[in-house]
Amino acid sequence: MSETDGLRIADRKHIGLAEMLKGGVIMDVTNAEQAKIAEDAGAAAVMALERVPSDIRRDGGVARMASVKKVKEIQAAVTIPVMAKARIGHFVEAQILEALGVDYIDESEVLTPADEHFHIDKFAFRIPFVCGCRDLGEALRRIGEGAALIRTKGEAGSGNIVEAVRHMRAVVAGVKRLHALGREELMTEAKTLGAPYELVRWVSAHGRLPVPNFSAGGIATPADAALMMQLGAEAVFVGSGIFKSSDPAARARAIVQATTHYKDPDVDQRVVACAVAEGEASR
Amino acid sequence: MKIGVLALQGDFALHTQALERCGAEPVLVRKPEELADLDGLVIPGGESTTVLRLMDAWNFVPAIEKFHAAGKPIFGTCAGLILLARDVSSPSQFSLGLIDVGVERNAYGRQRESFEALATATLGGTPAQIELVFIRAPRIRRIGPGVQTLVTHAGDPVMAQQGTVLVAAFHPELTADLTVHRYFCELVRSARQRTP
Repeated sequence: MSETDGLRIADRKHIGLAEMLKGGVIMDVTNAEQAKIAEDAGAAAVMALERVPSDIRRDGGVARMASVKKVKEIQAAVTIPVMAKARIGHFVEAQILEALGVDYIDESEVLTPADEHFHIDKFAFRIPFVCGCRDLGEALRRIGEGAALIRTKGEAGSGNIVEAVRHMRAVVAGVKRLHALGREELMTEAKTLGAPYELVRWVSAHGRLPVPNFSAGGIATPADAALMMQLGAEAVFVGSGIFKSSDPAARARAIVQATTHYKDPDVDQRVVACAVAEGEASR
Repeated sequence: MKIGVLALQGDFALHTQALERCGAEPVLVRKPEELADLDGLVIPGGESTTVLRLMDAWNFVPAIEKFHAAGKPIFGTCAGLILLARDVSSPSQFSLGLIDVGVERNAYGRQRESFEALATATLGGTPAQIELVFIRAPRIRRIGPGVQTLVTHAGDPVMAQQGTVLVAAFHPELTADLTVHRYFCELVRSARQRTP
């Protein structure tokens, strides 16, 4: 627990790890070899999972937490943080991931939900959680449950950026709107958003979320990554976009470069990154 | 007084805020030529392997060596400490070697083992209590003869200095306390007075 004003949010050291990931790319990997490629390409962290989202979409069935064997194999392969996904509401999967010592749990809609009503009580864990959101209300509910990091849901495994853009714009616009509201408007706003009043007040006073805000769900190219950064994302998650491409190492390096140099003066760098990704695609 | 913050990857935004609050003018640095008119440089926390890849891609190493040779102070926290150290273990990797210390990466464990502590620091003035936030932190295993230990925790040196190079294994930028950043700003100010 940290911050003031009677606000209960995730530990400072857990929000702090998300701060350390800023400006970086978190890459989905399904084995040790991919994890090594991701680390060598400059990934700031890897996400261990059994199947990448595009395969989950194609194959259907129930998608669960990665196996213990898989998580251990990936942890042994790299020195960067290792994240893993647990099903929404599946606190026992989260307990297992905590015991394995993963660095972040993604309570993820990419897997099949385990509970249709309730998310995990994230304060009950010694490791941090990242959760997806589509708008500000959803972001604040997850932060209220203890998420130390928020990301857009987007549309994982689609290669289509439109949902991630929609969600990021909704969160950013929602924060700006709250910042402009008067104190007397905040209780009604909390009710409308379906968000905790204390968090609504905090965001209104500070003009930002109390935890970092990343983007995920459909980022496939260097240009997509830079787009999300310019829209306000502080780092990006890339899933199927890397290891479903014909040259994953080149694609991964290009996305890392585009994410660091996302701002206008560095547009040349983004052209190079796109060319790298295209060259790899045309081979 | 302009102080650069290496913004390739990591928590550069928080260092920027801390420097601003100290009255310095922070400048985000993403290319080597942006070091040109700066008085000091902060290498923030982040992932050292990621930052190394990005430094390589832009040929940052000679530029930072030149910056150091010109007598301009550099402050590295966490990943920044790893990048500035003479030698790095678990695993070994390239480093700038601008301060004679040996560091072990992720020496306290994974995120589950990240922790907070308090320590008494005497940084140029009266002793003060400062908050230490350690996140997947490196451990300083060896201190060279020319290096001064400034802060210790549980017997380990966690902040050290050699000439114009300052390093910390913890994250002062995550706290509201400006003691450490003020100390670095003072280092930059006096270095600036020495060079015409």
